[in-house]
Amino acid sequence: MELICPAGTPAALRSAIDAGADAVYCGFNDETNARNFPGLNFSRDELRKGIAFAHGRGAKILVAINTFPRASATALWQRAVDDAVEAGADALIVADIGLMDYVARRHPNQRLHVSVQAAAANPDAIAFYVETFGARRVVLPRVLSVAEIAEIMRETRCETEVFVFGGLCVMAEGRCSLSSYATGKSPNMQGVCSPASHVAYEETGRGTTSRLGGFTINCFAPQEAAGYPTLCKGRFSTALGDGYIFEDPVSLDATTLLAGLRSAGVAALKIEGRQRGRAYIESVVRHFRRALDTLEDGSEADIVSLTPFTEGQASTLGAYRKTWR
Amino acid sequence: MQLSLGPVLYNWAPERWRDFYFRIAEEAPVDVVSVGEIVCSKRAPFFTEYLPDVIERLEGAGKQVLLGSLILVSLRRERRQTEELCAADGPLVEVNDLTCLRSIRGRPHAIGPYVNIYNETSATFHVQQGATRICLPPELPISSAAVIAAAVPEALIEIFAFGRVPLAISARCYHARLHKLSKDNCRFVCEKDPDGLALKTLDQQEFLTVNGVQTLSHACTNLIGDIAALREAGIGSLRLSPQDCDMVEVARTFRDVLDGGRSAEDASGRLSELYPGVAFANGFLRGQPGFSFAQA
Repeated sequence: MELICPAGTPAALRSAIDAGADAVYCGFNDETNARNFPGLNFSRDELRKGIAFAHGRGAKILVAINTFPRASATALWQRAVDDAVEAGADALIVADIGLMDYVARRHPNQRLHVSVQAAAANPDAIAFYVETFGARRVVLPRVLSVAEIAEIMRETRCETEVFVFGGLCVMAEGRCSLSSYATGKSPNMQGVCSPASHVAYEETGRGTTSRLGGFTINCFAPQEAAGYPTLCKGRFSTALGDGYIFEDPVSLDATTLLAGLRSAGVAALKIEGRQRGRAYIESVVRHFRRALDTLEDGSEADIVSLTPFTEGQASTLGAYRKTWR
Repeated sequence: MQLSLGPVLYNWAPERWRDFYFRIAEEAPVDVVSVGEIVCSKRAPFFTEYLPDVIERLEGAGKQVLLGSLILVSLRRERRQTEELCAADGPLVEVNDLTCLRSIRGRPHAIGPYVNIYNETSATFHVQQGATRICLPPELPISSAAVIAAAVPEALIEIFAFGRVPLAISARCYHARLHKLSKDNCRFVCEKDPDGLALKTLDQQEFLTVNGVQTLSHACTNLIGDIAALREAGIGSLRLSPQDCDMVEVARTFRDVLDGGRSAEDASGRLSELYPGVAFANGFLRGQPGFSFAQA
């Protein structure tokens, strides 16, 4: 299985490859990619240099152009496609159906990956992307169990890539407007979710309150660590009680499921976190490189989860083990 | 401009569901009615028995019927149901997930608000595949809607104009989770909340609504004051999404404004009487936070 690692900066790209990434995914520094954070991502020139660095070490670069183009500005996204192809990207990761159509027509030989934002959650949807646009790989949404992935693989000829570590969407990706409801900024349109520009922390006599766009997302007792107010990981109130209604503030860590994912036929494992620093990238990539090498060797030793780098120092197997089904 | 009624999103008692549509058929001044269980495949069998009668009544009353597809398709059974829906010779199918496209392309169909169409190139693609009407994603601003409507004049473009706005869909059921039940053994607890389960912030500010695997806004979309701007933008239809209130009167109120017989301001007051205690929102249309509300 290939190990696909994130990079938000040229330095992170080099760290990821030195730490053992088979491929690195990254995006341009504009609204065409779903991690459009200030100070992050690549200029055209940085991408060309990053690709040269990667190819010199036998690694690949996948370019994420995975937001949904703004109406009347689709040329900006098409330009990003053209530039990534020209720079020598090994694959493009695309979510919008109009942009996939453009890639398939304009660059028929370019390898196309279906972004997780395109929400291809079953063999029929995958077959549609394969037959219509010649997609070579699909990044599966984080709503599937390992058994469901295995079932998809039995019916599809397309490669699949799954997330094994990092932030965890509990809603179907690419189909969530919670962030724009509270802030006006959405993953699909602006490439941001629960953006820092709309976050506020307030100290009260009873502790810290975190807010997003004016809505209280969580309240922490004085001794409790105040986490980032990602909307779907907040604590809320209902007639049936208060608590983490959608999901606890945890991250995905599927280290212990690698063998199952391999038997399911998964082609590539993806680490989330283009917004994370080099220390995270280096440690997480090294961890998964070792776990994968151990798996290839046939020994099961040392495959443990990676707690220190997870959100709130808590991890979950997510939907891969559907304890709630 | 057309008025359309979206599918009932909540788990209503089957007889109530049937009677709701019988009354819509007889009394509501809507042109199009989208029916079918699109949120949770487990609920669908309860409505199957009444669906033929409902379709017959609605069509008999001169309404165009659309059959909505499931929003999130993952189980084998759900795939089969979706394929059967797309293959049938019946009312126009409203596609709510791309799963449908493989079997339905080349034949006329509608696109529901759960399919990502954010720009003119994807709208054009869908029209080439056979889409004749498109209800745009609710978070889309009117500036984008206008560009799309101009790019595909052969298709009817619809906007989500009334009702709590669908914001997210998950594989996980939050009604079951709140009741400490598993999804497979949920005992259909969502039926206790015919208008959804209120989710507030910890300081008791109204925020969201839980509807099984779906999350909606607390606030109710109300674009009745934006009709002139929507007409200007080339929008051909307004979608009203059923809430637990008098939807016939809601439809009449919108119709009165469309016909020029009532001012938007007066009509908005009437809507707050019909659906009391729920804030209105129209922020998405203006590219603002979705919960916000500005008078036109």
